[in-house]
Amino acid sequence: MSALQDNFAEIIQMISIICLIALSVSILLLIIRVMKGPSNADRAVALDAIGINIMAFAALLAIILITPNFNDIVLLIGILLFIGTVAIAIYLEKGDLIDTEDD
Amino acid sequence: MIQKTIDIILDILVIIFLLGGTFSMFTASVGVLRFPDIYTRLHAASKGSTLGVASILIGACIFHYTEYGIISGKLILGVLFIMLTAPVASHLISRAAHLRGAKPYGTLKDQYQEAIDKEKRRQKQQQKSK
Repeated sequence: MSALQDNFAEIIQMISIICLIALSVSILLLIIRVMKGPSNADRAVALDAIGINIMAFAALLAIILITPNFNDIVLLIGILLFIGTVAIAIYLEKGDLIDTEDD
Repeated sequence: MIQKTIDIILDILVIIFLLGGTFSMFTASVGVLRFPDIYTRLHAASKGSTLGVASILIGACIFHYTEYGIISGKLILGVLFIMLTAPVASHLISRAAHLRGAKPYGTLKDQYQEAIDKEKRRQKQQQKSK
């Protein structure tokens, strides 16, 4: 039973490496969309998806390196990603981020 | 004996969560690359990526439980945060794109634009009556 458990630990390591490779390919596809994107909104969508992929990357790295220290980084990337996406969306909508004109 | 069986079941759960989440995120990025216009791309990116990253984070949480016996609240908070913010962000992007004049692919009628025009006409009439 204990040998089976050790086997499963190795299988989880291998599967996380396979998942890392698949996520790398998916980030490559999203970078193609960032470069091609007909409008700026397409680029914003692809950048948002890249950020979410990087969150999953950090979680998988925590599994491969067997350390719980990456958990803060996952949360931090999520918060920064939301702020960045909102900033890009407001810039696309209004043309500037901070309204300096006096009414 | 029972503890070992539970550990093995949790390991299988981790594998299922990781593979399912990766599949979902990969199909989401293929959708972002292949779909024809901005709204369908948003549909793929926000839904697929959210499901995928939630699944992978839950898998990592279960892995930490089996490895150290801790339940990582930060990963669960990350799942909750993504579930809260991804719809808001995609809604903002789609509104900005519509304001910049992105046309929906293959549709003849734009009901959102009609509603905006109706609201503008109503406001003009109110200003005239004042």
